[in-house]
Amino acid sequence: MRSCLVVDDSKVIRKVARRILEELDFDIREAVDGQDALDSCHEILPDVVLLDWNMPVMNGLDFLKALRASEGGDKPVVVFCTTENDMSHISAAISAGADEYIMKPFDREIIESKFSQVGLL
Amino acid sequence: MRKEDFELLSTILKERSGLVLSEDKVYLLESRLTPIARKKGMETLDDLINEVRLRRKEDLLREITDAMTTNESFFFRDNTPFDLFKEHVLPGLLKSRASNKRIRIWCAAASTGQEPYSLAIILKEMEAQLSGWKIEILGTDLTQQVLDKAKAGIYSQFEVQRGLPIKLLMKYFTQAGEMWQISEDIRKMVTYKPYNLLDNYAALGKFDVIFCRNVLIYFHQETKSDILDRLRVQMPEDGTLFLGAAETVLGLSDKFKPVPGKRGMYNTADHVAQIRKAG
Repeated sequence: MRSCLVVDDSKVIRKVARRILEELDFDIREAVDGQDALDSCHEILPDVVLLDWNMPVMNGLDFLKALRASEGGDKPVVVFCTTENDMSHISAAISAGADEYIMKPFDREIIESKFSQVGLL
Repeated sequence: MRKEDFELLSTILKERSGLVLSEDKVYLLESRLTPIARKKGMETLDDLINEVRLRRKEDLLREITDAMTTNESFFFRDNTPFDLFKEHVLPGLLKSRASNKRIRIWCAAASTGQEPYSLAIILKEMEAQLSGWKIEILGTDLTQQVLDKAKAGIYSQFEVQRGLPIKLLMKYFTQAGEMWQISEDIRKMVTYKPYNLLDNYAALGKFDVIFCRNVLIYFHQETKSDILDRLRVQMPEDGTLFLGAAETVLGLSDKFKPVPGKRGMYNTADHVAQIRKAG
């Protein structure tokens, strides 16, 4: 079973994402901000990270940069999932090493479509 | 909905578009036609049906037909046919058409443009290999309204996220408020034209590749057979047909043969016979 780390400061979003991803047969861990996610990754590196942008403590972009700079951190597929929906944010995310980008609001179909594009489904 | 109301609407739809509506699709009539009734200031769908029965005004009938025949569409829908097009069909055509360097592609149910634009993006990505080639993409659909949207190439955030990889969005789209518009470079690679699949195709000419996906399901058996047989006439012997993943020619037409292991892809039966004879 593949593992997915869902990183979002909203409990509701984490719950929705968890439900969709569990149906797609992913084993889910959750993190509430970038630092929490980084700690989780140091413990167990997931196959994929679904990543919010704006969060307290450490935001998604800073997490991504730290992850990519860490040992083995180039392996997880990172899919941003954020309300930031302008081209400059998208470009910044992709240049920092994100593999895909979801603009909220999302639904099951978008998650499925994006995950299959990066070869996860 | 009363039986006679359902029959009235389904007869109109059958006559005008060939669309066959079974009785389990009553909900579809209600959900798509109620907004039209509202827009016309009517209280209920019954009022709209009465209006149809009494006056049969052309513009109202067209609006109803359009609302019922518009299909959902997304970029690179089902992936496989686009991969097959890129990896099998196109390389073959680059060899077989090397003398005149012309390829014609027809999207026979182009809807809001995602399918023809997906093909255009594939071709654009291969630009270097295709220099000197003239590749035409024709997109047709019954509904003018969806073709207007296709031509404008403007899509919602939802639409650009279904099937379209983010890197292609970055490369070929610009943001326009809440919407995303596909670049002019891609838009001008596709020509759109309203066309009814029940009409004669002769004026459209011949096509090396025809995409006719997820539209035959709306027709009766004999209409499906007729459309398939007539699509064959619009192709050279080595042409390729793509149908939807859940569709088949089996029991409908002997003019096409499925390509083994290539889901949704069909060669002409004449071509298959030719290869068998040569082999």
